[in-house]
Amino acid sequence: MDPRLGTALAVVIGVPLVLVGYIYLTEVVLRFAPDRSRARIRPWLWLLPALLFLGLFLVVPTILTILRSFQGAVDGSWVGLDNFAWFFGTPDALLALRNNLLWVVFLTVFAVGGGMIIAVLVDRVRYEQFAKSIIFVPLAISTTAAAVIWRFMLDYQSPGSPQTGTLNGILAAVGLGPISWLQVDTLALNTIFLIIVTAWMWTGFAMVILSAALKGISPELLEAARVDGATEWRVFRFIVFPLLLPTIAVVSTTIVITALKAFDIVYVMTNGNFGTDVIALRMIKESFLFGNFGHGSALAVILLLAIIPVMALNISRFRAQEAIR
Amino acid sequence: MTAPVVIQAPIARARSTARRWSGGRVALHLVLIILMIVWLLPTIGLLVNSLRSSADIASSGWWTALFPPTGLSLDSYSAVLSETDIAGGFINSLFITIPATIIPIFVAAFAAYAFSWMNFPGRNLLFVAVVGLLVVPLQTTFIPILKAFGQVGIAGSFLTVWLAHTGYGLPFAIFLLRNFMGALPREVFESAYIDGASPVTAFFRLALPMTIPAIAALAIFQFLFVWNDLLVALIYLGATNPENLPMTVQIANLVNSQGGGWELLGPAAFISMALPLVVFFALQRYFVRGITGGAVKG
Repeated sequence: MDPRLGTALAVVIGVPLVLVGYIYLTEVVLRFAPDRSRARIRPWLWLLPALLFLGLFLVVPTILTILRSFQGAVDGSWVGLDNFAWFFGTPDALLALRNNLLWVVFLTVFAVGGGMIIAVLVDRVRYEQFAKSIIFVPLAISTTAAAVIWRFMLDYQSPGSPQTGTLNGILAAVGLGPISWLQVDTLALNTIFLIIVTAWMWTGFAMVILSAALKGISPELLEAARVDGATEWRVFRFIVFPLLLPTIAVVSTTIVITALKAFDIVYVMTNGNFGTDVIALRMIKESFLFGNFGHGSALAVILLLAIIPVMALNISRFRAQEAIR
Repeated sequence: MTAPVVIQAPIARARSTARRWSGGRVALHLVLIILMIVWLLPTIGLLVNSLRSSADIASSGWWTALFPPTGLSLDSYSAVLSETDIAGGFINSLFITIPATIIPIFVAAFAAYAFSWMNFPGRNLLFVAVVGLLVVPLQTTFIPILKAFGQVGIAGSFLTVWLAHTGYGLPFAIFLLRNFMGALPREVFESAYIDGASPVTAFFRLALPMTIPAIAALAIFQFLFVWNDLLVALIYLGATNPENLPMTVQIANLVNSQGGGWELLGPAAFISMALPLVVFFALQRYFVRGITGGAVKG
């Protein structure tokens, strides 16, 4: 019997009990408050647990990391913008930035573009649900498992010995290769393959959302266009695509953020070697491998700065939705 | 509107023009079948290889095992169970995931109710802040939190990942539940208050039961997110307490240490995928509803 089982059980049963008890307790406490201020105080008591978690695990640490990025490798030694100067003066670090840009562009094109094409095609067949499940299922597994799955796809054996990787096996069958997919950094080929693995996981996400939006388009509208003699391509180009645009924008922001935060797949498949490093991985290495929290914090801040435009976009879109609520 | 998108049944969309067998239809089916094969092929390759011996894996591709003699066996599965601590990792993953799924649901439900049905100054601004926090990269939080865990003396314990996953999961949890709760009919709450119900009663008797579909979607998301997480466990448990590592970190370590000896990787990956796949196929409807309800608006 694992002694930790007791702890886990206590947490699984105890924590919800404590939280529910807390909410009941707030009403008891509020009885002692004057009538008029009750409604004013109550929302804050309901929000308190969430605000504590958000404050302690997101807001305060982010502020501390921003402050830390202006300090050196040792705590408390203020160095101004030195860490950022280091970043922009180090080819290896800039390579990570370039790779993140490749991730943003290609993951969006592969996952959103692929998701849209599949959503439109699959809408026309009877085995739609089945096909969608197959494209969608990689999203449910861990990136670590996906990395293991794809290592066998991209495996490389020296020329002359039998190829064990699926892609090189196919190349060998037509008398080509073998190619060491994860080591060739010409034209960032290895980074592109890491992006393809991630697209394999995320295309289903884009497909599901775009497919739901597609079902929201009135069939009569499309039928009317077809009766008027529009080809399928023109129906898509001039009716379906414009109507899907807002949804494409929403999906793209999620994919862009996934691309900027890319870590797991790079960590497991190449560990950032052969020119595949990305900022999120570089941050972990600088901080916890090299012990330079100044560099690490600066990298985290750069990641945050890259994400802020997307954050602003999300917020303005949210406000526009609230306005029509 | 913020109500979750209703997925229509395909039958409702009969098309008069598209059902004939033409060159275009054949091409359509061909493209889709090729796509499905491409999507399945990587996983099938690993599944076949996980049933082969290490000598076979190293000397020929998985496709050779499709023709006799196949030489398939479960030996690698028993090897990974006896030679590595993947069974312990499975238990650890459960220990980490279950509390880290339950705690944020409760915390988020209270907050979502306050955001939906209570009036207070700064409500909209505060919720906008939550929307902003949705995308904050976890990297900006690791260094101070790791230091704080060390100072409090809980570094390397399960408690650290329970707390961290709750904090990290909350913005999405609050966002999803508030979108759903806020769309409930106002009259329900008004009549309850007229009947003298307290906010606590209204929450537990009305809001919570009516929010069950969204809570189910959220539970699946948070469960998969935590179960599949590598980064958070790597940072808070990886360096300090190897005994508490979940399967994802174990497998990542296996990849990095083994290099060529891959016969254990396939079985380990499939053991780690088993639970998410069961959850996914059993609850796919809720999963899809959560994704579309969380992202698509109108």
